[in-house]
Amino acid sequence: MTSRIVTLSINNDQYHVHVRNIDTLLFTIREKIGLTGTKPGCLNGDCGACTVNINGEAIKSCLMLTVEAENKCITTIEGLQDTTIQKAFIEKFAFQCGYCTPGFIMNGNDLIHNEPNASDSMIKSYLESNICRCTGYQEIEEAVKEALTNNNYDNR
Amino acid sequence: MMIAYDVDYYNPTTIEEATQLFHRLVEEGKKPVYYAGGTEIITLARSERLDLDAIINIKSIHECLLAYSDENEITLGAALSLTQVIKTNFFPLLNQTIAQIADQTSRNQITLGGNICGDIFYREAALPFLITESKAVIANRTGIKEYPFKSIFNQKLQLSNEDLLVQLKVKKNEVNFPFYTVKKRKQWDVGYPLITVAAVKKKEQLKVAFSGLCNFPFHDVNIDKRINDPSLTAKERLDGVLNALSSPVLSDVHGSMDYRHFVLKNLLQEVVDAFKGAKT
Repeated sequence: MTSRIVTLSINNDQYHVHVRNIDTLLFTIREKIGLTGTKPGCLNGDCGACTVNINGEAIKSCLMLTVEAENKCITTIEGLQDTTIQKAFIEKFAFQCGYCTPGFIMNGNDLIHNEPNASDSMIKSYLESNICRCTGYQEIEEAVKEALTNNNYDNR
Repeated sequence: MMIAYDVDYYNPTTIEEATQLFHRLVEEGKKPVYYAGGTEIITLARSERLDLDAIINIKSIHECLLAYSDENEITLGAALSLTQVIKTNFFPLLNQTIAQIADQTSRNQITLGGNICGDIFYREAALPFLITESKAVIANRTGIKEYPFKSIFNQKLQLSNEDLLVQLKVKKNEVNFPFYTVKKRKQWDVGYPLITVAAVKKKEQLKVAFSGLCNFPFHDVNIDKRINDPSLTAKERLDGVLNALSSPVLSDVHGSMDYRHFVLKNLLQEVVDAFKGAKT
């Protein structure tokens, strides 16, 4: 059997999809399910444009098989509407062409939830996972810091 | 975007099931691979540089996910992600060494065993085990055995085709020695490494392991002797280290041989300086 039907939980919705065992999660999310906010970039684990959240952890979906994601809680950029991190990216104008933005937001969301007291070096370490070809890193860093502050304030 | 060939996929829950399955698939003429983080396998498969037709995912095998510390040793499952290993904080030298591998998100996927067994030659996670009293726990269909890590790691882990790396173990008293580790890149803080060094000071002697200097990671006692010889100047130590190397220094897109010589010279001084005053 080189293919199967899997059930994926994405943004709290259930999807039953027929996938090849070798299909990456990125391919399935975009081409089978139609959630095109997750972006294909290098397809090699270098750029972070395809970052999604699996069970609370940022993961590069170009380097994960769809069959591995069964029974796990998947969040894509479409699942982060009206969140603290999304608002911070808008307020700080932390995007230019916007292609890398979903990956940065997914990664930033992981940071503010898993490292709410992140130091500058921790923020830098997280942001090194993603590449912005427009080089808008300054605004992205400011947005993540703003989201960290606002998220901690919201959680009081 | 699609990977061009099809594979069977298995998700065994026991070591016995996995090793028997691997053997059966080989007997059927298939080309199975053990799979954990998947980062290297997917990358190589996408570019058709890996010949496989069956994937055996080991991330549902309990023993491969264990992380614990008892009176005598620390045990780390081969399928733990680098992030999970770092969070245990059991082995500080290992933590600091693997925290420099790839990037934060990738470390959520790359596994301890995957980095050690990978085809990509850096294999930095092996360095701390090469310079401490460590063991590799390896399974195949005949059973499970423990091997001194140093005895089974020669450029890469010497696994037979059907062997599965289950765990890494390190003696508990070994993780308390003073240590130093650093990764040098040609530029920036991400990207492929030039040279990675891991060192411990044990009984007043330095033990140093290298990755990226040659096209495999290694620890060489002859190099330790040179580094620990107080009668030598810094230049003599470097010359001694270069003369003691059993393989040529790497020259590639990340750095020429001459540039690596230059970086190594400064690195060795950095390592020696880092241990000044450290008592063991």
